[in-house]
Amino acid sequence: MVPVLEVRNLSKNYSQLEAVHDVSFSIDEGEIVGLLGPNGAGKTTTINMVLGLLTPTSGSIKIFGKDFAVNREEILYKVNFAAVYAQLPGNLSVWQNLYIFARLYGVPDARGKIQELMKEFDLEKFSSSRTGFLSSGEQSRLNLAKALLNNPRLLLLDEPTASIDPSTSQIVRSRIKDYARRNGTGVLWTSHNMHEIEEVCNRVLFVSHGKILLEGKPKELPAQYGKKDLEELFITVAREPLSLQ
Amino acid sequence: MNFKRVFTIFLRQVFLLKRSVHRLVGIFYWSALELFLWGFLTVYLERIGGAEFGVITAVIGTVILWNFLMRIQQGIAISFLEDVWARNLMNLFGTPLNFKEYVAGLVLVGVASAVVSGMVMIAVAWFLFSYNLFQFGFLIVPYVLVLFFFGLALGMYTTAMILRFGPSSEILAWSIPALIPPFSGVFYSISTLPSWLQTVAFFLPPSHVFEGMRSVVLSGVFDSSRLFFAGILSVIFFFFAYWLLLRTYRFVLREGKFTRLQTE
Repeated sequence: MVPVLEVRNLSKNYSQLEAVHDVSFSIDEGEIVGLLGPNGAGKTTTINMVLGLLTPTSGSIKIFGKDFAVNREEILYKVNFAAVYAQLPGNLSVWQNLYIFARLYGVPDARGKIQELMKEFDLEKFSSSRTGFLSSGEQSRLNLAKALLNNPRLLLLDEPTASIDPSTSQIVRSRIKDYARRNGTGVLWTSHNMHEIEEVCNRVLFVSHGKILLEGKPKELPAQYGKKDLEELFITVAREPLSLQ
Repeated sequence: MNFKRVFTIFLRQVFLLKRSVHRLVGIFYWSALELFLWGFLTVYLERIGGAEFGVITAVIGTVILWNFLMRIQQGIAISFLEDVWARNLMNLFGTPLNFKEYVAGLVLVGVASAVVSGMVMIAVAWFLFSYNLFQFGFLIVPYVLVLFFFGLALGMYTTAMILRFGPSSEILAWSIPALIPPFSGVFYSISTLPSWLQTVAFFLPPSHVFEGMRSVVLSGVFDSSRLFFAGILSVIFFFFAYWLLLRTYRFVLREGKFTRLQTE
């Protein structure tokens, strides 16, 4: 089976900084992989390279078995993302935002799909409201609705539930899990909420200083390193990464 | 090139206009205001200087065409800034949209706003000053084309600068076009300038257009070689600006400047 995403020896250097160093990983169909690490570890840089928003210094990215550098446009029809730092324009309405992105992703029956997603994410009553007037939680739900517009086979979620209340957050998690299972969608998920990661992810990658330090199942990994849970392991990765090597 | 995506970039700006009266009015407000100001000033000058000089004819046409050029430039640059202000660039370029399609969408916005603004100005000039821009006949077409390509070039050049230096350089959207009129003979003949500035004017396509228009109005002479030279210059400016914009985009992807555009 061809992995949905296959990253090989990916590096990104700036003049004085090595943001990502020789990173390799893959995501299979229907698998949800957590990308964890402290701020500045290289998670967003990695996601930006996978999305084509940043040119890697070296390494390769294959999505659906195809070289991203060569087949960008074809691949992005079936990739989507949601990130806390990439909100939709506040001066357009919820419907207008979804319609613009549905057209850009070439969604057939865009109006029907928008209706379906607005219902699923409880956004119908905000259809003609300006996006900027929504609460941060509502905006996050809108971002997730946008992320599912094109029925992606690869979904990149950078802290997707960061501004959502615990109740909605749980609903969102179960919807995305269910969506990934039903559609065979691979998901790369970053979060600082370790309970969320334990609940959602099949596998996690711990990143520190641009390198993948640890990899494994979220429920087994802490015990392998003598830690009581994922949160304790996270703290060790953030503060004493060398102790784990 | 996927025209549906190009049109979507245009549609995004139309949606903005539908929800914002001040943006809609802004398309023709400044151009019309400038025409009012220069139109009445020329009427006054004509009264004190004698009608035979043809000041109205010499100035109003150049003011209309200068604003046409500026609308194209601002249509491109300000539409791009709308995406910078809304921190929307990552969302857009995370889709199958490519940069050339995005630029084509911005150009479409620039052309549409220039046409709307131009029509309002032509109507205002007709009603207030009995001025008919079409008195130049088919000659108006090459004049407009030269300014069109130079307007596109200025718009793309401004966009490249903002893309390169970040949102803090947004002032360039207004200051770059403001640099051109003093050396382009929009309001006065190039011969008024000191000789070294006339050399600068020689390399600016609008100066040949406006001098050419003035020459047709005041002495009835049409200089085709001058117009041809202006056309060549405009095309060179256009291709250089396009090349620079694509190169800047690659630089932004390489240096991770999208993040800067999202956060500044």
